[in-house]
This record gives sequence, C-alpha cells and structure tokens, in this order.
Amino acid sequence: MSDPILVLSGVSKTYKNGFEALKSVDLSIRRGEIFALLGPNGAGKTTLISAVCGIVSFTGGTITVGGHDNRRDYKAARAMIGLVPQELTTDAFETVWDTVSFTRGLFGKSRDDAVVERVLRDLSLWEKKDSKIMTLSGGMKRRVLIAKALAHEPELLFLDEPTAGVDVALRRDMWEVVRRLRENGTTIILTTHYIEEAEEMADRVGVIARGELLLVEEKARLMEKLGHKELILTLDAPLSSLPPALADRGLQLAADGATLVHTYDTNAPRTGIATLVGDLAREGIRIRDLETRQSSLEDIFVGLVADKNQPAEEARP
Amino acid sequence: MNLAAVWAIYVFEMNRWRRTILQSIVSPVISTSLYFVVFGAAIGSRIPEVEGVSYGAFIVPGLVMLSLLQQSLSNASFGIYFPRFSGTIYEILSAPVSPFEIVAGYVGAAATKSVILGAIILLTAALFVDLRIQHPLVMLLFLVLTAVTFSMFGFVIGIWADGFEKLQLVPLLIVTPLAFLGGAFYSIRMLPEFWQDVSLLNPVVYLISGFRWSFFGQADVSVTTSLVMTFVFLGLCLAAVVAIFRTGWRLKS
Repeated sequence: MSDPILVLSGVSKTYKNGFEALKSVDLSIRRGEIFALLGPNGAGKTTLISAVCGIVSFTGGTITVGGHDNRRDYKAARAMIGLVPQELTTDAFETVWDTVSFTRGLFGKSRDDAVVERVLRDLSLWEKKDSKIMTLSGGMKRRVLIAKALAHEPELLFLDEPTAGVDVALRRDMWEVVRRLRENGTTIILTTHYIEEAEEMADRVGVIARGELLLVEEKARLMEKLGHKELILTLDAPLSSLPPALADRGLQLAADGATLVHTYDTNAPRTGIATLVGDLAREGIRIRDLETRQSSLEDIFVGLVADKNQPAEEARP
Repeated sequence: MNLAAVWAIYVFEMNRWRRTILQSIVSPVISTSLYFVVFGAAIGSRIPEVEGVSYGAFIVPGLVMLSLLQQSLSNASFGIYFPRFSGTIYEILSAPVSPFEIVAGYVGAAATKSVILGAIILLTAALFVDLRIQHPLVMLLFLVLTAVTFSMFGFVIGIWADGFEKLQLVPLLIVTPLAFLGGAFYSIRMLPEFWQDVSLLNPVVYLISGFRWSFFGQADVSVTTSLVMTFVFLGLCLAAVVAIFRTGWRLKS
C-alpha cells in the first residue's frame, strides 16, 4: 500500500466547557479504501471529520492530508477533501448548477462545465440542474450536497451519515455512487448509524465512542474474529427442560420451551450441527423449523460499546 | 492566492443581489427621490443657499453617503450572516481559502453593489438638481473607500450577530443616527460651537464632509483630515476582521 492519504496522530478536542469530544485519536487511512466510522450519537464522529476539514479547531495532535499538515498547509490539505455534511444545509434560491459550480470555484478549480455535468449526471441531477434547490425533495438535496462535494474532484471524500433519513431506494443509489467513486480511486470515509451500510461497503471499520477510537479493523477480519453463528431450532412441542443427554452442549432453551438456540463458531473444524440434529432425533424431539443467524457488525458494535461503557458505569459514585 | 474562490464568492453574492434587484436598487432610489422631493424641492426652496450652493444640491453628497453606509452595512452583514444562519458556512470554512480571500469576495461584492447604488442615486439626484462635481476622482475615491470600509464593518456585524434583529441593531441604532447627525442635511458649522465640537467625535462627519468637498470644493473639515479619518476606519475594520479570523470567533468552535 502506498503512503496513507490521511493521518491523525493524537488528535484531541476539548471544548471550552471542558467536554472532551476527541481523546487522542490515532488513525491512518489508506489511499483508495472505504472506511466506515461507526459510533453512537455524540461519539465524536462529526467532530473528527470537522477537525480534519478545518471546521472546528482541535486542541492537540496533528492531522496530515496527503502529507500536508491541515493547519500549517491548510490550502493544500483542504483542496484534496470533499465533505458531505450530515445536515441538509443548502442554499435555497440558487440553482443546482450554480451551487455545484460555486463549490468548484471555492476549492480553487477553474471553471469546467464538463466536470460539473458529469457529476450531475452521475447523481441523476442533470434534469434538475436549473431547478432552485428549495424546490427539491430531501433526497435530491442530499444528492446536491454530494455533487457539491465532488465538484472539485477530491481525492478524499467524507460522507457524514450520507443516508440518514433517506429512503431505501435512494440509499441503494448512494451506495452505488460510492462504489463507482472508489473504482475511480477516491478514498471515502463515511460515518453511519446504519451498521448494514458499513457491512455492505466498507473495507475497514473503526468504532468510536465517547471520543475514543476503540477499534480499527478490516471489516472481513472483524466479522471473522468476532463472528459466530446461531442455529435456531423451533420445536414441534415445547420442552419443560433440556433432556439430560443434551445438557452439556451449550444449548439454550427459550423461556417458552419451544425454541432451542445452538451457538457455534463458523471457523471451527466442527460445528456440531450434524451430531446435534441426530441427538435431537434420538431424544424424540421433532423440529418444525430451523434458521441460522450470522452475528452482524451491529452485534459486534453493541458488544464493544457496551464493554467499554461498563467500567465507566461502575466507576461512577 | 485562490482567485477562483474569490471570484466564486463574488459572483455568488452578486447573483444574490440580482435576484433581489428590486429591493436592492428600487427602494433606495425611491427613498432618495422622496428626500429630494421633500427636502430639496418642498422645503429646500425656502432655505437659502448653504455654503454657496442651493440646498437641494447641498444635500446630494449627504444622501449618497447615507445610502452608501446603510446599503454597505446591510449587504455585507447579511451576506456573511445568512450562511452562518443556514449552516452553509461549513463550505467556506472547509474550503482552501484564506481569510483575506473570503473577505475579498464578500466585501468586494458588497462594496461593488454600494458603489453601483451610489452612482444610481447620483444619477437620480441629477434629475432633481443641477449637479456639478469639482473633483470627480476624489469623489470616486471617497465613494469606493467608504463602500469598502462599511462593507467590512458590515461583515464584522454579520459575524457578531446571532439573530436577525441584531443584524438590524447597529445600522438602525448607531449608523443611521450618526449619518443624520453627521451633516447629511446640514453643515455642522450651522450648529452652536459646543455641538460642532461634539459632532467632530462623529466619524460619519468626516466621510460626508470629504465627499461633499469633492463636489463643491469646500466642507466642514479639511479634505485631508477626512481622508485620514476614512483610512483610520478602514484600518479599524480591517483589524477587527483579522482578529475574528485569528481567533475563529463565532466561526469555529
């Protein structure tokens, strides 16, 4: 891999009222990857992005974008970045074409109608190019914000909750756009509440909570490492308790007695499913239905954030 | 130097102005015309000449200044306040633009509008009174300097304001009274001596006086003093803008 496009070292941000929004964050983003930053509300996702883009000042550490310090050499650093903010903050009276061209100019690029046209077409905004922004739907406004961020052909694109409040069809479209951008070599950092978004698109995932970056991992490895599967068996007749022969299998019997859950490691040499099914048949337990469930990033995420919160809760007087 | 950005902001602001051309141009022209009708024709015909010029002509520089101050302030303050209010300021803050470039774009556009407006008001005035300008270049200099200074002042107000009413506060409570008391409609030499001295504390006196000198070759204070004072205000506003960007005051948390 070539040199990282974005490096944060020891970045911290303490607001005047003493609130620590970022606690010494170290992060290195590779060129061309899609990085998903996951975290609950108020975790510091937006603050982190804003610090990189120059919208908030940070109190400690350094940030370099493509090797340029984002404070000393802010022009070179910012010229590489496109930002799609979380809020739908657009002008109202400008046309789509004007607002996208405006951003291109603002980022120091000379006028190039072909680029603006391509960006608008890619985002299905071409037909709306002469419409005033205030006449557009929320989803269209979101596209306009993305178009603005892409107007100066950035190498690094931040998408702050790009699909919050966006319907399913538009979300799929958005993912498609992100994939296409990645194919063109754009590095993408997105923050999201939707775990499925990270799961669907990211190469790597970072989890942030309370201003601390808890974990950065290849998505696949993360899923693998923490991944386990559950086999859920719906029984024909409820059991009052597990038969003694099955007692030490780690099976869980639901409260209503009608569901058995068998948890297994997908990477283990033996999953134990075949034996289990045989044993159940031998005990005369009939299965009506079965289902397997892969633990999702969400489970992993909730686990991580909860673990992290535990000591803090206890420490509280 | 990110000239593309300066140009982008400038064009954006000028477009905003074009969309509201009616209130930007027509309303100041109408109100100025009303001043001429009331003070120039109706009352002015009963007022003897002031400092050797007819009252109608005498008030022209003051009226132009009055509109110039008001429009520079409201244009520039709204121009930067609105993105802060709507949130689109994120784009300016995250763009590779220096504070100087941001100010050049916003203040340049606001000053341009004011100068155009000043010219229109002068033309309107020429319809009502016989207008002679003795020092056109000096007049232009004062017009541009005042437009730039007060646009910069407006920019500071637009950053300071945290609500629409505050945006109106300074123009309404400070600048308009100062302009009226600064000799827009009278020569401060007509005042008792004490009030003449008090008037000299009013910065607007120097602007109007210098501007009036460029028309008639005479004024309340010397043109050099006026010019120096105008540069002092320009310097003060510049210092305020520099301080704002140094500290990120009201722009960055």
